[in-house]
Amino acid sequence: MTSASIIKNPSNLRSRKIINSVMLTMCILAAVITIIPLLYIFFYTTQSGISSLNVDFFTQLPKPVGEEGGGMANAIVGSAILIGIGALIGIPVGILSGIYISEYSKTFVSTIVKFITDVLSGVPSIIVGIFAYGVIVIPMQRFSALAGGFALGILMIPTITKITEEMLKLVPQSLREASLALGVSRWKTTLKIVLKTASSGIVTGVLLAIARAAGETAPLLFTSFGNSFWQTSLDEPMAALPLQIFVYAISPYDDWHRQAWAGAFVLIFLVFVVNLLVRIVTRNKFSGNL
Amino acid sequence: MDTEIFQADVSDETDDSESSPEKESKNAVLTKDLSVYFNNRAGIDKISLKVKKNTVTAIIGPSGCGKSTFLRSLNLMHDLVPKARVFGEIFIHNENITDFSAVDIRKKVGMVFQKPNPFPTMSIYDNVVAGLKLNAHHKRSELDEIVEKNLKYSGLWEEVKDRLKTPAVSLSGGQQQRLCIARTIAVKPEIILMDEPSSALDPMSTSKIEELIYYFKEYYTIIIVTHNMQQAARVSDQTAFFYLGKLIEYSKTRRMFTNPKEKLTEEYVTGKFG
Ligand SMILES: Nc1ncnc2c1ncn2[C@@H]1O[C@H](COP(=O)(O)OP(=O)(O)OP(=O)(O)O)[C@@H](O)[C@H]1O
Ligand SMILES: [Mg+2]
Repeated sequence: MTSASIIKNPSNLRSRKIINSVMLTMCILAAVITIIPLLYIFFYTTQSGISSLNVDFFTQLPKPVGEEGGGMANAIVGSAILIGIGALIGIPVGILSGIYISEYSKTFVSTIVKFITDVLSGVPSIIVGIFAYGVIVIPMQRFSALAGGFALGILMIPTITKITEEMLKLVPQSLREASLALGVSRWKTTLKIVLKTASSGIVTGVLLAIARAAGETAPLLFTSFGNSFWQTSLDEPMAALPLQIFVYAISPYDDWHRQAWAGAFVLIFLVFVVNLLVRIVTRNKFSGNL
Repeated sequence: MDTEIFQADVSDETDDSESSPEKESKNAVLTKDLSVYFNNRAGIDKISLKVKKNTVTAIIGPSGCGKSTFLRSLNLMHDLVPKARVFGEIFIHNENITDFSAVDIRKKVGMVFQKPNPFPTMSIYDNVVAGLKLNAHHKRSELDEIVEKNLKYSGLWEEVKDRLKTPAVSLSGGQQQRLCIARTIAVKPEIILMDEPSSALDPMSTSKIEELIYYFKEYYTIIIVTHNMQQAARVSDQTAFFYLGKLIEYSKTRRMFTNPKEKLTEEYVTGKFG
């Protein structure tokens, strides 16, 4: 009825066109507003950071106060280690609870897990840091990479759980049935068919969670704490890129400010690379079906 | 009350050829008062039906009468649907299915679904041997042979032999369905359930599948749901007519289409409703 009258009535058509263009303009405006700060951050950081970037930055330790030069080699390696520990905790726990919520969603426990995940994703990262401080730093009686990695892992869990759950729910029921009808057990079906079909989406989520964790500063403040020396044992305080940036940025020294910019640039570049990786992974020839 | 009639009907069916002790061993599928409820609404209601080994049984009936529901209860597919509850007894080769795990039953009772559902992450090759590979380790040479053999059975070999490694989803709908048939028979089931397997196929592939069914009868017991009366008449030995979740009539296909016992059946097969 309505569609017929719209076609017949030219004034109605005109008003529809006007509404259409107004909405379109608003959408474009919103998109621009989103993009401007992003581009600004990207270009400003690149501009300020890239000039301070040199080989020393990647190979040298921080110099003592007052000395020029030095780099963040220990912080880069430290961040990699912390993220590694975090991923070791966050990925399995996140994916398994995602599977549990999606594939066994009718149980009381899964409802609880889902609720807790939602709450956890809203908890400020500094609180997670305090939690790690409470359960690891205090009993061990010192700051450690372990505590920092643990905090990052906890932060990754809700993102990974959520995306796993959503990706698994996108897998058509008919595929589960097809697999089960071949006499394949439930867990093999979940692992080899359902999870595999959703894998590109899950990998995306995992990479994004890692990128997020890579930039986290607050949860490391009183867990990993930071370190100006080479340090690779897990039960000692460890340097991390965002921590180092934080310390350098609030310092009164110009040289440190420049290095903080360089660090920020490296971080943003890493996030950029991760996003690129996500694109490449999701373009796999056997996926793209979801 | 209804049930008694059906039981009588079924035994009548088997009585013409077999003596009773032998009759028992020749049952591939037997259901007793099989009902499936979805949220307290019956999808099928007290279906008692007996299917002999190495025969083809067609299930016909209007949309929503419970054909798929019946079929899916035979390989325990309702286990996946939380709101579905199954009552009654099912015997596969005279053994109560409650004595076995769902996995064992499904290895014996294969299924071809209405909509082709190849695994999108797998190649054509891997789809054919998916069931085998997921269940056990096999030698490469062995798998090659199985792939070729089963794709030939399902009439797909000539079309895909040069691109076995390409994604299965690159095939057309009809080709995908034949791939799914190959995948089902590759795990060597004893009974094959087919839910409107040719509803997505062109007449050529449909007749190919009908030929297949005819040939498969020697090795498998087949239960096929179809909306196509001609197809039911062509491929099946006996036909079951479902209406509103109940089994209205179950007799020899020839009889069903020429001289049905029930008025409802006659009206349905002659196209007066449905
Ligand atoms: N998952 C489900 N949830 C709720 N109701 C269902 C479900 N599956 C089937 N039903 C109901 O059970 C009844 C039988 O459905 P079924 O799919 O078996 O019909 P059918 O004979 O296969 O029909 P068609 O010819 O259209 O495939 C229908 O009333 C349907 O609404
Ligand atoms: Mg159906």
